[in-house]
Parts: sequence; C-alpha cells; structure tokens
Amino acid sequence: MRRRWMAAVAVSVAGLLTLSACGGGDKQESGGGQAAQKKVEVFSWWTGPGEADGLKAMRDIFAKQNPDFEFFDAAVAGGSGDQARALLSSKLQANQPPDTFQGHAGAELQGYIKSGKLESVNFLYDELKLKEVFPQQLIDQISVQGQVYSVPVNIHRSNVLWFNPSVLKDAGVDGAPKTVEEFITDLEKVKKTGKIPLSIGSQWTLVHLLESVLLGSLGTDAYNALWTAGADWSNANVTKALENFKTILSYAGTPQDDWQPAAKQVADGEAAFNIMGDWAYGYFHNPPQGGLGKESHKDFDWAASPGTDGTFMWLSDSFTLPKGAPNRDGAIAWLKVAASKEGQDAFNPLKGSIPARKDADQSLYKDYLSWSLEQWSGSKLAGSIQHGVVANDAWRTAITDAVGLFQQDKDVAKFQQALVAAAKNSGQ
Amino acid sequence: MRRWLPGLLLVSPSIILIAVFVYGLLGWNFKLAMTDKHDEIAEIPGDFVGLENFTSIWSDERWGLSVRHSIVFTVVFVGGALVLGWLLAFLMEKGIRAESGFRAVYLFPMAVSFIATGVVWRWLMNSATGDHAVGLNRLFHYLGVDFLQWQWFRDGDWGMAAMAIPAVWQMSGYIMALFLAGFRGVPEELREAARVDGCGEWGVYRHVVLPMLRPVTLSALIILGHISLKVFDLVVAVSGKQIITDVPATYMWTAVYDSHDPAKGATIASYIVLSVVVFVVPYLIWDARKGKRS
Repeated sequence: MRRRWMAAVAVSVAGLLTLSACGGGDKQESGGGQAAQKKVEVFSWWTGPGEADGLKAMRDIFAKQNPDFEFFDAAVAGGSGDQARALLSSKLQANQPPDTFQGHAGAELQGYIKSGKLESVNFLYDELKLKEVFPQQLIDQISVQGQVYSVPVNIHRSNVLWFNPSVLKDAGVDGAPKTVEEFITDLEKVKKTGKIPLSIGSQWTLVHLLESVLLGSLGTDAYNALWTAGADWSNANVTKALENFKTILSYAGTPQDDWQPAAKQVADGEAAFNIMGDWAYGYFHNPPQGGLGKESHKDFDWAASPGTDGTFMWLSDSFTLPKGAPNRDGAIAWLKVAASKEGQDAFNPLKGSIPARKDADQSLYKDYLSWSLEQWSGSKLAGSIQHGVVANDAWRTAITDAVGLFQQDKDVAKFQQALVAAAKNSGQ
Repeated sequence: MRRWLPGLLLVSPSIILIAVFVYGLLGWNFKLAMTDKHDEIAEIPGDFVGLENFTSIWSDERWGLSVRHSIVFTVVFVGGALVLGWLLAFLMEKGIRAESGFRAVYLFPMAVSFIATGVVWRWLMNSATGDHAVGLNRLFHYLGVDFLQWQWFRDGDWGMAAMAIPAVWQMSGYIMALFLAGFRGVPEELREAARVDGCGEWGVYRHVVLPMLRPVTLSALIILGHISLKVFDLVVAVSGKQIITDVPATYMWTAVYDSHDPAKGATIASYIVLSVVVFVVPYLIWDARKGKRS
C-alpha cells in the first residue's frame, strides 16, 4: 500500500514540476539578455527575398548607432502578413506586445489605436521634425484625432498595370490603355490572338484588381469619398464600376496560386496584362533566385492602371510603438532609424519601394523606382483597400467575402448590396 | 487507507487539466457565442443574447456555402476512404505475397501531415489546362485523355470533392488496417461452419464476415467523420483562405483573426463541436450498451 502511495505522489509531483518548468523557461529567456545588451524585438513579415535584405540593411545601421541594444528579428513568414497579423493580434490581446511591429499605415492600425494598444508618436515627429519631410496627405491619412501612431518607412504603389509589349504588338494594341473602356477593347483584341488577356491569382488579387477598377471608373475624388462617413455605395456610378469589373473579369485566365505565378504569365508571354502592386517589379526584374531576370520596357512594361493616370494609390509599411513595450527606449531607437533618411535609403532600393521621406537621395532609385518617385511627388493620392489603408480589418474582410462570392455567381446587384452592407457594418 | 485515493491522485493532474483546458474552454466558448461581443477591440464582455448568433448566421451566404462544402467534402472523403480502405483490406485478406510490405506502403500516408499532403496536392491539382497544364492535368494530357482535365478544387460546384481526394489518399490506408483487423477477428471456425452449412464463398462474406465488421465500420465512420467536420489544415495548404473552398473552420479563422468578431468565431466553433457531437454521441451510447451486455 505504501509503495503505491509513493508512486502516485512521485508521478503527480513530476507532473507539476514539468508544468512549472515550462512556465519558468520563458521568463529566463526574456530576462537573460539584460546582462549584456538589451533586446529589441522587431516584429515584421519581411522574410522573402528583397524585403529581408532591406530589413537587414536597416538592422546594420541600427546596430552601428545603438551598441547598447541587440536587434531581435521576430519576423513571421507569409505573404502580405496574414499569419503574422494573426499572431500579433493574440499577443496584443494578451498585453504581451513586441517592442515594435510592422503594420500597414492607415485604417488597418485603427483597430489597435482605438483599443488603446498603441502609443502616439507625436513626440517623435516633433523631435525629428518629421512633419516637414513626410507629405502632408500621408500624415493626414495615418492620423487619428491629430495623433500620429506610426512611422512610415516606405511607399508602395498599388495601381500598376503590368504588360507584355510583344503580346500587345501581336494583338495590334499600341501602348497601354488609358481608360477602362480602352482597356476592355484591348482585352478583346488580345483574346482574339488566343493569349490570356488578363492573368489573375488567388482571391486577394481580385480585391486588388477591384480597387484599381473602382479608382479607374469612379475617379479619384469619388473613390476617396467612398471611405468617408455616410459614403454612398449604392449609386449608379458604383454599379457602372462593378459592371466594368465584371466585364474585365470575364477576360481573366485561370486563377493562379498567388500573385507571382500570375505575374509570371505576363513575363513569359502567355498573358498580356496583370494588375498588381509595384512589388511585382522586383519579381520581374531581380536576377534568378527570387526574381525572373527580365529586362524592363522589353520583356515587360508598366503604366498606371487604366483610368488612374495622375493618381497614386498607395500603401505604406510602418512601425509602431505599442503601449507597454518591454523595451520602450529600444523601440524608439528603432523608430528613429526607420524614420531617418539613411535608414530609408538603405531599405527601399533593396525592398523595391520608394521612401516616404521627400528628401531622400533620388539617385539611388532607378528604372521603375525613379518613375514611381516622380509620380509620388506629382500625383493625387488614393488609399489601397486590400493593403489596409482605407478600410479597417472588418470592412476589408467583408469586401473580400463579397468579391469571393461574386467570383462565383457574377451577380452585380447582389455584389453591390454586399458592399453597401459592408460599409454600413464596418463601424469605421 | 482508502483504496481509491492513490488512483485518484495519480490521474488528478490530467483530470484537472482536461476539466480546465477542454471542458472549461468549451463552456467559455459557448458562453461567448451567446453574447453580442462582435468587436474584439472593445474591452467590454458583451451582453447575453441567447441563441441569436446561432440563428442569424444562417442568413449569411458565406456560412451556407461553407456548410455545403463541408457536406460535399464529408460525403466524398468518408465514403471514399471507407470503400477504398475496405477494398484494400479485402484484397489483402484474400492472401497476397509480401503482405506486410503492402501494409506498410498503404499505411504510410497516414504518417504525413495534412499540411505536407496539401502542399503536394496543390501542385498535382493545378487547375491550368491545355498546353500550360501541370500536375495531374499534365499527366492526362500525356496519356491523351484531355477530356479528364478539369479545374479540380477551383470548380465551383464539385471543387470540394476534389479537395477530398488527398484526404482519401491519406486516410484509406488506416481504414484498411482497421478492416484488416476486423477480417482477421472473424474466427475461422465460423467460416468453416458456414461452408459446412452449404454457403458459397460469397455467402460466407455476405452472412458471416460482413455483419461482424459492423463495429469496425462504425469506429471508422466516427474517426473519419470527426476529421472531416473540422478539416482546416488541408484546405489551407491546398487553396489558402478562398471562398471557393471555404469550410466552417476556415470561416472561423477569418471571423476571429480577420474580421475581429469573437462572438461569430465562437458560434462557428460551437457548430463544429456540435456537428462532431452528432457523430460521436450515438457511438458512445452504442458502446455503453454493448459494455452492459457483455
């Protein structure tokens, strides 16, 4: 009897010990760095070719300027940050934020701001005089009630039409279409040659396509008005834009797995057009290993997506200062690097984006990037839906759902109703 | 000293852990599903609204679609794995050379995770046709049976049937092992007796072996059924989060992490649990009755 007792106690105690050992391990790990350098946990989804190189360049600058801090890369892989954001949201819920995290500037961050998870970085803007170097429109769009909550490190363009010049030539199309109507005519011409007129990827690339078609059909002011309070999604102009979307979709090829295979169809001369953000440029242009090694203006070319010339539909990666960051000073040191001219000029040429600062060294940005930089300074601005600028997460998800359902039933009236409901229920 | 105390002490850690982390959290989930906490951001607990979330979700088109997908997937997956597993076991049972080798080969897919299976099958089930075809469509092209090429999981109506194929591939070996054990469990004397009574070989199967396989079939049905109703990893690995292959589990993910709507996510989670319960409870009742009888 006694022996059985002993065994039972031993097993229970062993079980308890294992449990507490797990709990203790974590603490040790996070506290261990204090002796030497204090860790700065930087959370991002930059793990792919190009973006990871850019992050490393900024990290080197950070290390040089801050010998007291150790950079800790907490990047989570996954295109457009899906996995990373899910993990981040549970970390913030549990009030265990990383020291600083990457987010798309704009409405995507508003959820975190409203729930009080982020600290305002106005003091940093004042200290570094950032309001003078970032464009006013950009600051307006990332502010909530006069407070700025993030430091944008780059600018991407969403409304870019990529095309294959030789496929267009064979179809008798000279140059990129200027309007949505021209675009549809050109798609028809390409269709007659037997090539794929427009390549598409998985469901989110259709949301990306939709934002360009909406902007091109409605015009910049009407598009921007869709995201203000009391916006009218049910009017006839939106119906017309959605009809355009339907017509354009009817020329689309078989959906590919993601945006890369769809872009590759254009590079390979299988398809004529693709509408994708300017990260596609890096994919087309970069040498094999990560890129396709194509020559710009010859193997592939670009223009503003139809009907959007003169408007820059932007998105921006930015860094934040979460409330209760374990190493606030370290996070601020990182934000200073991200905001600096030196940091942005190191990061952006590698990542394939342009700096958010107006005073960056223009000579570093070549080929597509020089075009983009020029457009950025001289265009009206509109914000991307898919990439978190104009709609908060709930709204964007509702739009994504509507697009997914529309892809199957092609019912414009129902689609528009769903978009009206999405705007109404967004709580934005 | 009481006899039961040491035993209770021994299992108490796991009882406590299961009570808290399984049943406690299940209860918490149902409670959350009955509130109007549709915003993760607001730091308020949400008011009790009863079964409102459970009924209103049916007016949601995406929910109807995901349920339909789940049913198609379950029918093809459970049916396919049962039939294929049974057939393999039947062939093995008939006596085959190097049986253990075949057994290992058929069982092996079960050792692979759904994620890995999904990554391979995503390529095999590429929807491109004609000259650009890859994967299975390419194979059909080589074999000169181009008419077999189709959109696989991108097909709006029967895409989920295609999605079930990798799952059948993965699980039918396991079902084979179950059935094989069932076949082997039929005493030779019974078969002999049937033969003596003038049964043909088919008759022996029809009247003796198959009835004795019923418990195995039921177990297989439950194992496959609950895997099928909560499938998530395979779908995400093959097609990602797309409405065309939406199932309740992926919808739950979107509701919680993309729309930040905890109550809706909890409602979907509750429906998934309930649908599994529908499968498992009859089995438990049947099992308990059998225990009493013997």
